[in-house]
Amino acid sequence: MPALLRGEELAGVGVGLDERAARLQLRDQIARLEAELASLFGEAFGHTEIRHRVDARSAEPRVLGLGELEAVRDSLADRVAEARIELAERARVETDNRELLRRMLAAPADFKWVRISRADVGEPGCGAWHSRPRLGPIGMLMGWWRVKVSSGCPLAGRLAAVEHEA
Amino acid sequence: MSGAAAERMGWVPAPRQGWVAPHIASELPGLGIAWVEVDAKPGRSPEPVRRRLRDLSDRTYGSQAIRVRERPIPWAYRVFYRQIGLDPDRTRTPIEQLTLDRLHDGGFRSRGLPADALTMAIVETGVALRAFDAESIEGGLCIRDSAPGEKLGEQEIEMAHGTLTIADERKPIALLFGRTAAGNAVERASRRIAVAAVQVKGVPQIAVEEALWMAAATLESA
Repeated sequence: MPALLRGEELAGVGVGLDERAARLQLRDQIARLEAELASLFGEAFGHTEIRHRVDARSAEPRVLGLGELEAVRDSLADRVAEARIELAERARVETDNRELLRRMLAAPADFKWVRISRADVGEPGCGAWHSRPRLGPIGMLMGWWRVKVSSGCPLAGRLAAVEHEA
Repeated sequence: MSGAAAERMGWVPAPRQGWVAPHIASELPGLGIAWVEVDAKPGRSPEPVRRRLRDLSDRTYGSQAIRVRERPIPWAYRVFYRQIGLDPDRTRTPIEQLTLDRLHDGGFRSRGLPADALTMAIVETGVALRAFDAESIEGGLCIRDSAPGEKLGEQEIEMAHGTLTIADERKPIALLFGRTAAGNAVERASRRIAVAAVQVKGVPQIAVEEALWMAAATLESA
């Protein structure tokens, strides 16, 4: 049955070629997802933590098969989806905090002792807005509330006490 | 400047291009290996090299450590690590490992030659470089998978069949992005060093050549 044998051979080659094409396509998808995850990781850093790890499929480097590449692709896709949700949730929280800050600045007495940090509103650096009474207990009794803005990050450099010790 | 042009100007020898096993090349297009050999002795880095390392430390910031994976060449290596089953957040790519070490140590610590030459070239270009004792290499370098029962080095344990390795004409000398066989690592007695660059899809040839020239020139000048 030469014709049948030939047909089987070609069918085998076809599957091989299809699988190789599928593996190449999966590798391209992995590349795109990795780029997206790297970008999301950079965007999230300092704002929120995202899960970005995808476990190794092998202890040592080797050419992965179709199933393993699919598993890597799926794990990366999951991480990207989770990161997007996490970032959207964080953006919503920061928007709410900015709105809270706006209302607190307008009426400090309505938000007694509330403290909002720069990180809470998605801004870089140190510092916070704190609703506190003027003149301590007197201000508390009189209802003299204000929002105090902290002076930001400590200055870089050695402390005076260290200089004296030296 | 091309390798040939640089060689005419009397700099360092032109990079030699290794080969990749055809079935691996068809699966991982863009994978390649190139290397240069330099007469150099390992040892303490001279002051100009240490000064360049300090300058490099001053130009490397924490923010770069976060964003390094978004740059095209480091990203290409991360992708390749994923494609060969490694987790680049555990087995770090060379550029990411050096950037993290820079943050951890507060600077690029001098580890002598050839390590410092490789550090400078990797940080400047992002290309993954390795150093081997050139006299222990037989013939040219290649990237191939391990045969059943093949070992990395004489005394070491057997590798799993299909492990990707850097090999010479006789045997594997290192895992691809992994450890080097004991007999092929640069040691105190080495007098000739081979600097090898592993190229992956997305890493331009010019970056590979630049990295090799940079490392070789540093070793030659020391």
